[in-house]
Amino acid sequence: MKDYEIVIGLEAHVQLLTQSKVFCGCSTKFGLAPNSSTCPVCLGLPGALPVLNEKAFLHAIKTALALKCRIQDIIKFDRKNYYYPDLPKNFQISQYDKPLAYNGYLEIEHNNAKKKIRITRVHLEEDAGKLMHDPGKGLSYIDFNRTGIPLLEIVSEPDMRSPDEGSAYLQDLKSILQYLKVSDCNMEEGSLRCDANISVRPKGEGSLGVKAELKNMNSFKAVRDALSYEAERQVELLRKGESVVQETRLWNERKGITELMRTKEETHDYRYFPEPDLVPLTVDKKEIEKIKRSLPELPQAKKKRFTALYGLGKYDAGVLTRDMEISNFFEETIKLFDKPKKIANWLSGDIASILNERKTTIGETRFKPAHLAELLELIRAEEISGKIAKEILPEIFRLGISPKEIVRSKGLKQIKDAGELTSVIDDVLRENKKSIDDYKKGKKNALIFLVGQVMRKTKGRANPKIVNEILKKRLDDGG
Amino acid sequence: MQIKPYLDRIDAVNKKLNAIIYLPGFVGLEGSRPTKPGKVITIKDNICVKDEPTTCGSKILEGFKPPYDATVIKKLKEAGFVLMGKSNMDEFAFGSSCETSCYGPTRNPWDLERIPGGSSGGSAASVAAGIVPMALGSDTGGSIRQPASLCGIVGMKPTYGRVSRYGLIAFASSLDQIGPLTRNVSDSAMLLNVISGHDEMDSTSLDLPVPDFTKSLVNDVKKIKIGIPKEYFPEGGMDKEVKKAITKSKDTLIALGAEPVEISLPHTEYAVSCYYIIAPAEASSNLARFDGDQYGLRKHAKNMVDMHMNTRTAGFGSEAKRRILLGTYSLSSGYYEAYYLKAMKARTKIKHDFSDAFKLCDVILTPTTPTPAFKIGEKIDDPLSMYLSDIFTIPANLAGIPGISIPCGFTEAGLPIGLQLLAKPFDEEALIRVAYTFEQNTDFHKRKPNI
Amino acid sequence: MPNKKTIDEKTVKHVARLSRINLSKEEVSLYQRQLADILGYINKLNELDTKDTLPTSHPLGNLKNVFRKDTVKKSLSAEDVLKNAPARKDDFFKVPKIIE
Repeated sequence: MKDYEIVIGLEAHVQLLTQSKVFCGCSTKFGLAPNSSTCPVCLGLPGALPVLNEKAFLHAIKTALALKCRIQDIIKFDRKNYYYPDLPKNFQISQYDKPLAYNGYLEIEHNNAKKKIRITRVHLEEDAGKLMHDPGKGLSYIDFNRTGIPLLEIVSEPDMRSPDEGSAYLQDLKSILQYLKVSDCNMEEGSLRCDANISVRPKGEGSLGVKAELKNMNSFKAVRDALSYEAERQVELLRKGESVVQETRLWNERKGITELMRTKEETHDYRYFPEPDLVPLTVDKKEIEKIKRSLPELPQAKKKRFTALYGLGKYDAGVLTRDMEISNFFEETIKLFDKPKKIANWLSGDIASILNERKTTIGETRFKPAHLAELLELIRAEEISGKIAKEILPEIFRLGISPKEIVRSKGLKQIKDAGELTSVIDDVLRENKKSIDDYKKGKKNALIFLVGQVMRKTKGRANPKIVNEILKKRLDDGG
Repeated sequence: MQIKPYLDRIDAVNKKLNAIIYLPGFVGLEGSRPTKPGKVITIKDNICVKDEPTTCGSKILEGFKPPYDATVIKKLKEAGFVLMGKSNMDEFAFGSSCETSCYGPTRNPWDLERIPGGSSGGSAASVAAGIVPMALGSDTGGSIRQPASLCGIVGMKPTYGRVSRYGLIAFASSLDQIGPLTRNVSDSAMLLNVISGHDEMDSTSLDLPVPDFTKSLVNDVKKIKIGIPKEYFPEGGMDKEVKKAITKSKDTLIALGAEPVEISLPHTEYAVSCYYIIAPAEASSNLARFDGDQYGLRKHAKNMVDMHMNTRTAGFGSEAKRRILLGTYSLSSGYYEAYYLKAMKARTKIKHDFSDAFKLCDVILTPTTPTPAFKIGEKIDDPLSMYLSDIFTIPANLAGIPGISIPCGFTEAGLPIGLQLLAKPFDEEALIRVAYTFEQNTDFHKRKPNI
Repeated sequence: MPNKKTIDEKTVKHVARLSRINLSKEEVSLYQRQLADILGYINKLNELDTKDTLPTSHPLGNLKNVFRKDTVKKSLSAEDVLKNAPARKDDFFKVPKIIE
């Protein structure tokens, strides 16, 4: 493997976040009853005509500008003609020789090195419907709800040199799209999809090897795994003195391999021509400048600011800024509790796992910055232990009520009163004579065990520092 | 005013003409329903009427009933029109003779052995035969004006973008336009008032105020400059009787005070070539959707590709197949630049011809067709000669400008001859004014076929 | 555009396949002849010098930037969507299996 260089280019398909479809007024909601969000336009019924959704267009322009692309002077749509049952008109309204935008780049940071990945083109098109197959009966079923959802295709140059770089690019692209609020980039629901071109060549070789196109990668992990597998497959072929064939391959997640879908000879003749039912579009220079100025602070810039302003490490800053909601949450919390590192730890630790578990985003939960600030303040004031704080966190998420209130109503406040603690300690010592002997024989672990017993008896509420002090004193005094 | 007399007239003549292929359900049920005088209309079978058969004269749309109304149909219904059936047409509007419909040919009311013109032949014949006072047609390369001319009535193709195409089953999207076929110019103006206007469902419909076209029904052409393009009067390329009638019509207008201007439209000879690249190319793509998946005909097969192949092979007639093949060829890789791109550039030149000409004149006067109606079957095996019969009407579609055909004479055998007037974009008013003046000072429009 | 270019039977078959149309042997030769005729006429465009001419894909040259607002409109009812379907299963369109 190390004698070869991997060359990767990615083609991302992003569903744009709009209320209605790109050429008609049907809803873009996910998961509706089959064919219930369709009309003559998106069903491609004879006589129906497309009219472009302004929001979808603006989303596309915004994204293109955030990716430092040039906007085409005159933007037009083309028809891509091919027969497939998920395509009701048997052509897709897309863009061919004059994509909406071109010549951009995205700067990724991988292994502590920055690298520009060039963007070849960005174009707007309509999504196709969904097919369900019943191989037993030899039938397929079509649902056209997805037909006509606005899709942005973002094509990179073959500038990535490892599966990890590919994954980093996709991750950064996803962050940018979310910052721009142009897509929810939900890979499971298919709102972010990715195809890859991959080839290998002996190190030092100038010209590119024969590439394969990979499809059907439905998660970041799948992208990485599929690229790694395919790179090895190609290197293996070359080692054996065979050659790579230009073809389209599908990632089989279950088997963990790529499989042949079609070879180059079968590729289509798409017969592109300008879509006569839509008129050309232009965005004047002033408008472009205005949109550029209105772009939000993007992840890269925010990351830089977070390290400089809050003294965070690159890693923490990277984790926090990957998701715009999290980064906003972080800054809101800082206004109320000025310990950036502590906030960062909670956000990238326990809070992240809760969000992961529930497959939700922080904005969709009832957990607010004030809650986190209050929780951290309770810990700082030694009102509760970090452990208790972790325990009540899911409840704050669920109920959206203040941590203080939970601590009060459940009686979780720390016990710091020496008298109260001494009586518990007495009980523990009575019940654990062996540990006292162990301690006296020099086993220091026995003390830790005894502290743990006190914590258990107080359901974690005892102040461990005070317990430790009292216990040590009692044991050393010969109790 | 009752509907029954209209139905009686259909019973009396439609068997001979085959102009109307479907009667809407409600007409049968409510035959005695009163209606406003004159507001009875036939609709070309490529315009969608909700829950009524809409088949484009093609087997492939057998049984298809659109779940929506075309914008023009909505407007007609709102204005209180009664839809008196779907009229016959060349399959998917591919033709100039109304012979390629899967329902058989429509016949010319003036001579049942002859074609009524096409593709809106059923619409033209139903008006000429007195079944209805007016009809809607569509015009992609002359499909309103040519049958109007051959049937001795008035046919108007509005400016591209004047009338919404939403619900018109597309032949060639950049050329198609819906328009009125009527017995006189006044009805044409009235119907144009009803169907014109911006439609948010059609990106190519222009957001312009619509004038009251009936205000242009003015009997006066004094000082109006009439351009006479020398390219439209080719030596030998034209029927002698047609030429005579057109020359006489020109003299009539001059006598009424119009000013003749010699003009040139130098790229006219390229129009047919240009058209027969662009129109079939767009058509091949527009007709790709007819595959048996969602609606219309399906010829069963075990797998998708075979089902599509079987359906399309059985569903399309030979002219439709010819155009689909031609269009697919000119778009396919390796030929696009030589054909489609070249044609789009030729189209630019043809468009410029007109904009240059309209600097010199207000309307352009030409024959609508080079010959009167030909015999059924005469050109059906010679597609190229059929295509060339649209030579005078095609340029207006390429340029997107409005045109009207009005009766201007008869041959010795009693076949109607049509005069075509063209104007600059969105100046239908000029056409109506000149056409109306001509009509008021002649009586060709008063003659009726004996059927 | 090569002058006197005519279309051969192989191309007719290829184009028919692209168009999803089956042609009999007789049809292939008929369409080959007719299309060759038509293309022969169309080749007249070769005479035109279009070196500096911009293409017109659309008659309304000045019409640009036509949009609709991003608002949801009522979709068709399931019945309207499926009533023309040659075959359906519940609210899905039913088609034969796909083989490439």
